[in-house]
Amino acid sequence: MELHLILLFMICASIVAVEVKDLISSIISLGAAGLGLCLAFLILKAPNLAISQLVVEILCVVVLIRATINKDLPLVKDGRWFFNTISTFLFIGFFLISAYFALMELPHFGEPIMKAANEYIANSLAKTGSSNIVTAVTLNFRSYDALAETAVLFAAIIGVLAITRKVGRIHEK
Amino acid sequence: MKNNAGMTLIVKTITRLTAGLILIYGIYIVLQGHLSPGGGFAGGVIIALCFVQLMLAFGKEEVLKKLSRKKCIFLAGLAALLFLLLALRGFLGSGNAAFKEGHFKLFSAGLIPFCDIAISILVGTGLFVIFLALVLLTEVEE
Amino acid sequence: MSLYFLCLILFCVGLYCVLRKRNIIKIIIGLVIIEYAVNLFFILIGYRTHGRAPILSEDQVIQNMVDPLPQAMVLTTIVIGLAVTVVLVSLAIRIYEKYGTFDITKIKRLKG
Repeated sequence: MELHLILLFMICASIVAVEVKDLISSIISLGAAGLGLCLAFLILKAPNLAISQLVVEILCVVVLIRATINKDLPLVKDGRWFFNTISTFLFIGFFLISAYFALMELPHFGEPIMKAANEYIANSLAKTGSSNIVTAVTLNFRSYDALAETAVLFAAIIGVLAITRKVGRIHEK
Repeated sequence: MKNNAGMTLIVKTITRLTAGLILIYGIYIVLQGHLSPGGGFAGGVIIALCFVQLMLAFGKEEVLKKLSRKKCIFLAGLAALLFLLLALRGFLGSGNAAFKEGHFKLFSAGLIPFCDIAISILVGTGLFVIFLALVLLTEVEE
Repeated sequence: MSLYFLCLILFCVGLYCVLRKRNIIKIIIGLVIIEYAVNLFFILIGYRTHGRAPILSEDQVIQNMVDPLPQAMVLTTIVIGLAVTVVLVSLAIRIYEKYGTFDITKIKRLKG
């Protein structure tokens, strides 16, 4: 019941973020959608993710506000505007219909098949000594994923430093 | 953005009170990564947010005097190298490498606290360098 | 079942924003909405009714926990999503400095 309400709140906040003309208002409602997601993680019993999602969303909103320099552009109905909009809605409708048939194959909501996870839960305290099972999975059972993730973050740091560089290329005469 | 000298007096006074608390909270979440929710990534982002708050409130000149860009990039590279060395320990054999006994205590769970500390330093200083480059557009020397 | 459907509707809102908007910042907002929807879908699959959070406690024996494997995966995904967003924003700022506009229909010159 509460999950339905939070999901409806997130959908309304994201529709507002998509349609509003002022860019700063749309970024703030994106922040509201992120807060709804953090509450949904808390209700779904995932406190690790709630902490991470909240602080990452704060940093994301701060960085996005830097990038909004002027206002949004007005709606221009030229060219093949009508065809583009109709084909987008047709594609989204087709996607939702085929997703409905695919979702019938999943197990019911609330009854997961936890084959591998039961092994991890049973052996976590004996093999790793850690009582936070998500940290034990991330940093001990599957710790090469964490290594690859730090590599991706490092590549992003180098990428941003290279993009915002002042010196350009040398022009040859 | 006009912050050559930072923000108003109210913001500066509140920042003096809260920046230290945010830093301590971030370090607490990192160190208790194996006992309660949190871990290295969330704690690292909180530490980066502490530095970001200091920079937004006081202007970039004051903060860059204490923590220049070269030092931050050096720390990020050092933490990544440390995490790589910790991950290579898996090639030497199985079993916990350190802190073998003790459940539900602070000094337990093998190499997990060290991995958490390395990840938090990398994420914290890395995100602070990104914030410097993006938001204030300071030029990067070659 | 209806929860999965609402999650996919959130995904479609973000997809519509990426496809039909002309401003680069709106496209980035659409990508962030898509990322929120996908993370939520993973955690919805791993939920057990009347389950407990996956943290062991000293004085109780906990029988039913929610699935910890999707949570470990989504923890990685959240940080990688932040990295992608930051690189996109830096590209957008650079494009504004070079072309003077955020309109994607006016960014046509291929010569750098």
